[in-house]
Amino acid sequence: MSGTAPPAADPAEGTQPSRPAAVPERKGLARRLLGRPELGAVVGAVAVFVFFAFFADSFLRASSLSTVLYASSTIGIMAVPVALLMIGGEFDLSTGVMVTSSALVSSMFSYQMTANAWVGVGVSLLVTLAIGLFNGVVLTRTGLPSFIITLGTFMMLTGLNLGLTKLISGTVSTKGISDMEGFESARALFASQLSIGGVDLQITVVWWLVLVALATWVLLRTRVGNWIFAVGGGVEAARALGVPVPRVKIGLYMAVGLGAWISGQHLLFSYDVVQSGEGVGNELIYIAAAVIGGCLLTGGYGSAVGTAVGALIFGMTSKGIVYAQWNPEWFKFFLGAMLLLATLLNLWIRKRAEASR
Amino acid sequence: MTAEDGAKSEAAATPPLVELDAVSKYYGHIKALTDVSLQVHPGEITCVLGDNGAGKSTLIKIVSGLHRHDAGGFRVQGEETSLSSPREALDRGIATVYQDLAVVSLMPVWRNFFLGSELTTGRGPLRRLDVPRMRATTHSELLRMGIDLRDVDQPIGTLSGGERQSVAIARAIHFGAKVLVLDEPTAALGVKQSGVVLKYVAAARDAGLGVVLITHNPHHAYLVGDRFVLLKRGTMAGSHHRDELELEELVRQMAGGSELEQLSHELQR
Repeated sequence: MSGTAPPAADPAEGTQPSRPAAVPERKGLARRLLGRPELGAVVGAVAVFVFFAFFADSFLRASSLSTVLYASSTIGIMAVPVALLMIGGEFDLSTGVMVTSSALVSSMFSYQMTANAWVGVGVSLLVTLAIGLFNGVVLTRTGLPSFIITLGTFMMLTGLNLGLTKLISGTVSTKGISDMEGFESARALFASQLSIGGVDLQITVVWWLVLVALATWVLLRTRVGNWIFAVGGGVEAARALGVPVPRVKIGLYMAVGLGAWISGQHLLFSYDVVQSGEGVGNELIYIAAAVIGGCLLTGGYGSAVGTAVGALIFGMTSKGIVYAQWNPEWFKFFLGAMLLLATLLNLWIRKRAEASR
Repeated sequence: MTAEDGAKSEAAATPPLVELDAVSKYYGHIKALTDVSLQVHPGEITCVLGDNGAGKSTLIKIVSGLHRHDAGGFRVQGEETSLSSPREALDRGIATVYQDLAVVSLMPVWRNFFLGSELTTGRGPLRRLDVPRMRATTHSELLRMGIDLRDVDQPIGTLSGGERQSVAIARAIHFGAKVLVLDEPTAALGVKQSGVVLKYVAAARDAGLGVVLITHNPHHAYLVGDRFVLLKRGTMAGSHHRDELELEELVRQMAGGSELEQLSHELQR
């Protein structure tokens, strides 16, 4: 016989409290906090806030904060579905240009069909959802890395945005549709300002907060949320337990399409004219916001609230540098450093969570 | 052969929970499995032994619904079946616990316990996870198996390898599995942890489940097994009942010639 312990009836055997449980309970709160994906982002956000409150005189004015929130929301609206997708273990590099596609489709469809602006808005929704569906279906059918597939979609959309716009309107930008029926009501929904306590707040902030709340609800309190964590954290285990892995992933890509639709409509109805070359590079900003917010690049871990805080850090930094009257080039340096720090923190957290393997 | 005869007369009374009858599986031109038969009865442990590449994982994939078999009979409680998905296997009461893939390490213990079978409360858009009930159930079910976790919210990756396997086994039992398929549950574990897992395997058997234990370790198999099916290069190299088999015989059948030396080396560990 080898030295294997016989399956004796000793209930204490193997039930030694594992590492975290072995820690005295009063440390529970600190440990719980450390286990939150948002922690790093919140610490970072507070640091950035204090920094600019100190160095930029006008940073603490209500109007400045409203501008910061607006900048954060334009990133945050897309960062939420990008974060969900990342938690589900996949990437989407086509998000930046998909926002532009969404605005272009909406504008050009309305203009060419001389229809109500709302028709373009509706068609645009169908198109962005279809792009998401395409990404998701190709991914789940081929099993190729999402990096490659969405890099392809990214390039195709970049070309389509420019090519189709030139083909249809003759220039690289769309024609104005502000005189069209339905423009004002659509603008009220996607690009208006609300006045709350004398402070003007962009409606995108509301969209952003609603999306964060919705995503948090889905992630933490629904079956689908449980499945998103599972397909990102252990796809084989999820499959073996009957989680519909392809449907979850396709759904996540379609959620990204939905985010691109909202962002794109905001773009259209706030500027009226859409530049077809816009959006390139933004996909990385959304990913960075999600990562700073505590999402693991490898999937299975993260939160919507953390991602919102990540977007807030972006907003505060980009505007704070302006209020501090610094050279805006420093913005990118700041964010790069922030991203690295956040990633290191996440790495450390994951090592802790996966310890005693 | 006597074992099979005995099994057949038994089968006439109550059909086995799972029965493979000369099952074959091909991947293109490659024969992964040829004419393999086995029976799983309630309250019994059927061990499937074989070296790497012997066809153990193909066998497990057929039973757990990941692949369909190409020839032969696959009966679940006497009914001819061809499973199309792991979900279907689960619905038929066949739960599979994979060696490394049984759990999602970053997720809390309770989320892992209920993964794919989450409890919900409320209706329509307010339908939501019943978190308190799932936490409480996870805690009590694990306690029943002798695992006392203070915090079911800790990531399951913080548990030891043996405990993780045990949680997966407890999960399968809780969700009404009639057949538990265990893929190399002790392969990555130390001696003590292996003992812990084998104890839970025995507990599952005592709870009346039929267990399929896939392993390449004849010692672990002999500790708990009732029936032994030996695989070699995709074919059946032997099928025995415990009564007619000594451990030494099992070890010898598992390995031949030079392989035996290696194994005796492993034995002395």
